[in-house]
Amino acid sequence: MADLRIDLAGIKSPNPFWLASAPPTNSGYQVQRAFEAGWGGAVWKTLGEPILNVSSRFAAVSFNGQRVAGFNNIELITDRPLEINLNEILETKKRFPNHAIIASLMVEPQQEKWHEIVKKVEAVGVDGLELNFGCPHGMAERGMGSASGQVPELVEKQTYWVKEVARTPVIVKLTPNITDITMTAEAAVRGGADAVSMINTINSLAGVDLDTWNTVPHVGGKGAHGGYCGPAVKPIALNMVAECARNPLVNVPISGIGGISNWQDAAEFMLMGATGVQVCTAAMHHGFSIVEDMIDGLNNYLDDKGIASVMDLVGQSVQRYSNWGDLDLNYNIVAQINNDVCINCNKCHIACEDTSHQCIDLYTESGRPMLKVREQDCVGCNLCAIVCPVDGAISMIEKKSTIPPMTWNERQSLISNFTR
Amino acid sequence: MSSQLERNFVEMTGRMTKNEAMEEANRCLYCYDAPCITACPTSIQIPNFIKKIASSNMKGSALTIMDANPIGASCARVCPTEILCEGACVLNSSTKPIKIGQLQRYATDWAMETDVELFKKGEPNGYKVAIVGSGPAGLSAARELSRFGYSVTIFEAEAKAGGLNTYGIVSFRLPNEVADWEVAQVEKLGVEIKTNTRVGVDISAEDILTQYDSVIVAVGMGSVPNLGIEGEELEGVHDAIEFVKRTKMGVLTEDLIGKRVAVIGAGNTAIDGATCAVRLGAEQVDILYRRTEKEMTAYQYEYEFAKQDGVGFKWLTAPKRIIGDEAGKVTGLECVKMKLGEAGADGRQRPEAIEGSEFIIEVDAVIKAIGQTRFVPLIEAFGLQHTNGVVDIDETTMQTSNAKVFACGDVVFGNGQGEAMVVTAAQQGKNAANIIHERFKKQSGNA
Repeated sequence: MADLRIDLAGIKSPNPFWLASAPPTNSGYQVQRAFEAGWGGAVWKTLGEPILNVSSRFAAVSFNGQRVAGFNNIELITDRPLEINLNEILETKKRFPNHAIIASLMVEPQQEKWHEIVKKVEAVGVDGLELNFGCPHGMAERGMGSASGQVPELVEKQTYWVKEVARTPVIVKLTPNITDITMTAEAAVRGGADAVSMINTINSLAGVDLDTWNTVPHVGGKGAHGGYCGPAVKPIALNMVAECARNPLVNVPISGIGGISNWQDAAEFMLMGATGVQVCTAAMHHGFSIVEDMIDGLNNYLDDKGIASVMDLVGQSVQRYSNWGDLDLNYNIVAQINNDVCINCNKCHIACEDTSHQCIDLYTESGRPMLKVREQDCVGCNLCAIVCPVDGAISMIEKKSTIPPMTWNERQSLISNFTR
Repeated sequence: MSSQLERNFVEMTGRMTKNEAMEEANRCLYCYDAPCITACPTSIQIPNFIKKIASSNMKGSALTIMDANPIGASCARVCPTEILCEGACVLNSSTKPIKIGQLQRYATDWAMETDVELFKKGEPNGYKVAIVGSGPAGLSAARELSRFGYSVTIFEAEAKAGGLNTYGIVSFRLPNEVADWEVAQVEKLGVEIKTNTRVGVDISAEDILTQYDSVIVAVGMGSVPNLGIEGEELEGVHDAIEFVKRTKMGVLTEDLIGKRVAVIGAGNTAIDGATCAVRLGAEQVDILYRRTEKEMTAYQYEYEFAKQDGVGFKWLTAPKRIIGDEAGKVTGLECVKMKLGEAGADGRQRPEAIEGSEFIIEVDAVIKAIGQTRFVPLIEAFGLQHTNGVVDIDETTMQTSNAKVFACGDVVFGNGQGEAMVVTAAQQGKNAANIIHERFKKQSGNA
């Protein structure tokens, strides 16, 4: 049994799986149910001036029959009075002293407002704070959430104000609705953040109803952009985590968020630099019990790999993430098709023929349809292997290069030396 | 009781729910050059119609099916899919094949229920085609010709159009409303179907040959021939084709309830007769076949279906005499045990009677299902060359010995020519229509 405990900037939890600040962490009842189910921590639904919500609030994107490939919401921060939330945090922390409770906070960008709320939530015993500079809808129109989070100076200043009074670790939650997330991550660090978390949701419109022409979701025939999350956003989130993890100026722990649906996603985020992960959509889709396999699967993976502590995963793949100019131009792979496993759906052929490099031939051998890659024309793009529905039918094989490795940057510097 | 019998003849297989259809449609890989298309005699663009179900383009899906196969709703129910499209599905090699027949039914059921217009009659080209027989082949030819702009008249001897689909396929597989809808689709295109019109009786073959520019003979096959044994005239001896036909016409008599029935023959028609008898309340139904399980011509799934229905099989058993009482009613069947001897001209081992092995079984009814007779007088009235009642054709053009007469469907099936499936009849009808149209275009210089 591997050690699944994590320590994220001093916040300790029995496992890396936290519920993100969102509908699942709206109340003490919910958070306590989550802890009973096995979640290691919870970021309480954002506290601030209680707001008014609209109906409806959520929408999801299905893809080829797969429900909740992506999820969109226009719900705002907590709509319950601060005192009630604080009482429930106190009660929950009493029942679950070893689980992490982090208070997500959002107030107007004024020093005294931040000081006031920080003191109140720390008084009930939270393990840490998460500053919500990410919420893209509603609150942003009032100058909060991502409206603050898109301006590095505001991120830095507000983090600084919080740090002036905070006694617990401060996590700054970043918005992805920005060209380069490392700019705001660096600003948070300059402001004194103990950690950053990412990503919050991405500006989105889930769809348009083809019968009514209303937006999805709509509120009495009118819609507004929401925040997108769920499995579809995972690659976007993973890149942002990785970019921050390899940025020396963002030298604080990262809490990874964005489409994490199972232990595999979590392990990927941790390898790319996250110290722990936050989950929301998967729990909203399936209920709190999905954490059971997250814990079990991660533990088995670590045991299989002979890794004693999950913390040993953190950042292991970061140094493998680089710039395009540092990739070896002389590295070659080609596709190979195993006709014994192939079921002859010909998807690789048509994908290559229509949309890639026209190097998979159809032929017949003793009456049997077969496929073959013309390796000299294959660029190793992976498309055939991606569309192949059968495991093991297509492998991407390295072709040892006869010439030494050379990156674009090396090549350019060589050329400039030569021409100087 | 009769309402119970009616329930027995309701279609057995339920329709997929929307969820089931979506799930199944999304499972389809959308193969390139998909083997299911090649395996379909009418070459339905199967991945396309399935993709259209997945995208909720139901009209497009139904049109894709019906465009390739004018009786696509019937074929969704009666095709032996496990040896056709589903048998060819690449997922047989990895998980399990797509339920193509069920999806095809889902899409065509949608078209039936919405009664959407899928096809339009073509611009009239002044050319007249007569079709004899309104079964799968005739209907398909008529539908295509009408879309090309021909004036089409079908001559149908029966009271209703549809042929085999209307009268020959058991209701619990193919309900009447499906065949009726397909007929109505063709009629909506302006095809005139003259029912109760028997060629040779109500109109002569010569008149048709002179009044029409082209003629398609798609008359199918006739009744079951006699066994050639004593007692065939007794009350309780049925022709399987007529027996099934009565159930299709809604005549569900109660006279078989609790009775013992012997079915002679082991083809698909024998299975139909036997399973109809079970559904009419017979207590015991046995299929008697002079060869063995290995030689039986019924599809495997038909055989399985009959066994599930409780039908018994007596292999290597031939009827010798039907026994009746003074009132002329069947009371028994004298049988003889057989053994397989030398291979005959068709390559199959000939069954031979084992002398002295005669035995009698007590039965109340005998259903004959040993093949079907041919409409030889009709074929000859058109002056067509034939081999034992199977019209000789050029298999690529469907043309008979008379250049203006084409033949398709069961009337050309036999002696190693053609195929017996409903779906092949549909394709042959399309082929005949295409050839007529190509020739017309050439003649009129529109090629």
